[in-house]
This record gives sequence, C-alpha cells and structure tokens, in this order.
Amino acid sequence: MNNLEKYDKVFKEVLEVSEDQLKGLKYQDIEAWDSVGHMGLISALEDAFDIMMDTDDIIDLSSYEKGMEILAKDDYGVEF
Amino acid sequence: MIFDEMLNIPPYSLDAEEKGRLLTKRLVELTKLHREHCYEYKNMLDAIGFDVDKAQSYKDLPFLPVRLFKEMDLRSVPQDDVVKTMTSSGTTGQSVSKIYLDRTTSSNQQKTMVKIVSGFTGSSRMPMIIIDCPSVVKNRVMFSARGAGILGFSIFGSKKIYALDDDMKLDAEGMKMFLEKFKGQKILLFGFTFMIWQHFYKELLRLKEKGITFDLSNGILIHGGGWKKLISEAVSHDEFHKKMEDVCGLHDIHDYYGMVEQTGCIYMECEFGHLHASNFSDVIIRRPLDFSEADIGETGIIQVVSAIPESYPGHSLLTEDEGSILGVDDCPCGRKGKYFKINGRLKNAEIRGCSDTYAAKF
Repeated sequence: MNNLEKYDKVFKEVLEVSEDQLKGLKYQDIEAWDSVGHMGLISALEDAFDIMMDTDDIIDLSSYEKGMEILAKDDYGVEF
Repeated sequence: MIFDEMLNIPPYSLDAEEKGRLLTKRLVELTKLHREHCYEYKNMLDAIGFDVDKAQSYKDLPFLPVRLFKEMDLRSVPQDDVVKTMTSSGTTGQSVSKIYLDRTTSSNQQKTMVKIVSGFTGSSRMPMIIIDCPSVVKNRVMFSARGAGILGFSIFGSKKIYALDDDMKLDAEGMKMFLEKFKGQKILLFGFTFMIWQHFYKELLRLKEKGITFDLSNGILIHGGGWKKLISEAVSHDEFHKKMEDVCGLHDIHDYYGMVEQTGCIYMECEFGHLHASNFSDVIIRRPLDFSEADIGETGIIQVVSAIPESYPGHSLLTEDEGSILGVDDCPCGRKGKYFKINGRLKNAEIRGCSDTYAAKF
C-alpha cells in the first residue's frame, strides 16, 4: 500500500465515507467528522504513519487536502 | 481580524494597559457584530439605551446574566452555520444553557485553549489519563460541558486512556499497564475535581492499603468543575494537593476555572495557587449593590469577558460566582494579567459546574 492509499484508508474507515467523497471533504461537512471524529482521525493517522502531530497541526487539519499538505511537511515527511 | 493577531501573542505577556487596549478593541468589535446579527441582543442594548461608540473601555460594555442562555436561544449566525451546540452541566431537572457554535468560534475556542494550557504543560503532547468514563463523549449532537472539557484537553494526549469505566469504577489494571508502557515519561491527567476525589483518589487510597500502588510523581494533573462538594466534605485546596501527593506522588496540580458559555478561555491556576486571566479574557469583580468595579482584594460578583464568541452574544457575562482580585501583573509566577480567587457560588444560585452537578447525586 502506498502512502496515498494508506491515507485514504484511514479517512474511509474512521469517517465511514466512500472513495468519491474524499476529494474536497472538510471538517464538519459530515456528522462523522465532528470534534470527536477529528480526534479519532488524528490518532488513526498517527498510528498509520507512526508519527506524532503538533497541536497546531491537529487544529489546522481542516480538510482532506489540508491533511496531505500537513503530513508532507518535513516534520512528518510523508510523501504522496 | 484582531483575533488572529491575538493568537500570535504569548498568552500571559501583556500588562494591564496593553491588554486593556487590545481587549477593548476586540470586545467593542464583538458588541457591534452581535448587535447587528442577534436581534434579541440588539433589543437588550436598545432597551438600556447603550451606545457602543461611547464605550471607553471593555469594562463599560454591558454584561448579560449567564442564565439568560438557559431562558433564550441566543445566536448571531444562521442555524445552518451552527456546527456544534454545547450545553451546560446541570443537575437533573435543571434547565441547561445552550451555546451555538459556528466553525470560526469553535476553532478559535480550541486554538485559544491550546495556547493557554501550553503555557503550563509545554506544547508537546503527552500520554494522557482521563479521569472519567468513556461514555461522556458519546452523545455527539448535544455536547455536554463535561464532554467538551475532556475533548478540548484530549488534544494534548498522544495516547489516551480513560481511568474509569461507565460505572465510574477505576480500571486499575488498565492504568497499571498504561503507566508501565510510558514509564519515565511525563503523563497528563485530566478530570473534574469531584470525580477525581470520589472515584480516583479514594480508590487509590483503598488499593494502597492493600499494597497496590501507583507512581504518578511524573504526572501533571489539570482539574476543574467546582469545589462545592469537596468543601462540604471539608476537603480544602491544600488538603486535596497533600492527599494526592501522599497517595500517588502527584504534586504538579492545576485547578482551572471556566464555563461552557466561554469555552476556550479558561483560567489556569499557577504554581502559587492563583487563577490567572490570559490575554484572551478577563475577570472584573462587581459590587453587588451597584455593579461598580470592586477594588483589589474586595469580594464581589465575577464578570467574565472573552474575545472568542462570534456565533453567540456571550463575550461579556455576569456569572453567579463570587471572588476577588488578588493582584494585577505582579504574581510571583511571572505571568502578566489579573490573578484572582473564587470564593464560591452566590447564595441561592443554582448548582452548576461539571464537578458539582455530578456530586449533587452523592
């Protein structure tokens, strides 16, 4: 599984969304991605990529695309 | 946008004059925003003939009684923009406040809270023990103050465990394993005062007598939600600290004061036992007879202002708590801003607070 597949898998499993919902998906768009879902998403991403995110990044991760941008930073070094 | 500027300033760095300027600017802006977008709020301002352009300081702005949010649905955004509704904690049969949050306000609450708490814990995340039961955060539509508190602090937890099960029984086994796994690391503990006392401390004490001990000398405990029940059990602040240290070595303990109507702007207790107002909010002590501002050291009713609320008109509120200012800008801990203490609830006020409403069952 490449990183994008891993990333998508986390979103699909935690937020219970399908492949075609991922693009453009934003925090609070769907019921499952509320503040509780958000913390679940973060810990699943951390486990999947074996990273620990900063509090600022956790707050900033407000969309599917933004999450990739954050994980691609040098701090985490996830290449997509 | 003033609020984003505020987020870039260290939370306890401004002296009274600088902070006064910044808060006045922001709170006047919020008063205008709510006047324009919340019909009920506008009516209230009109009824008292309040002219916001004449306000010299944030202290001149009117305050709403905190219980108004129980009696009225007050919001300054369309219902469609509301992403989360938070409710105050109440005992059975009490009516609850409803606080409507949009994306901006909700996100600013979390950002502010992180800035404030990082000033005490450092910004790195830690293994975290939540001294409550997991079911508290289950109802996601109506968010209780208790759930919101837990979730808000969860951002500091790298790995998390709930110390209590849904019957409020201590999961001693789970905690043992958790502490073993993260041995040597700083551990964050969070919970509400009464639950900590009743279900955590008392159980640790019982286990200790049986020879089962836990070492939390590496821990930092943040707790809030009211002292009422503990005071009635004659457990003072100092006693709470001493007993926690005796039973598990936990000595880095911080109380906080805050309310669901102004989530995000919490008032943390420093190493010297003083509650501190950050740049994002302030407390003003009002004399009960004429609501004039009380002097330092004089007891009165607590007014709280917060720079956060944009989706509901809760930026200036009169609480039902009593307290006094201990000093301004000169706490020995080095943090700027007012520091104060809470004496308790006003007579005849309703019981509230996550700790106290829960404790009313005992």
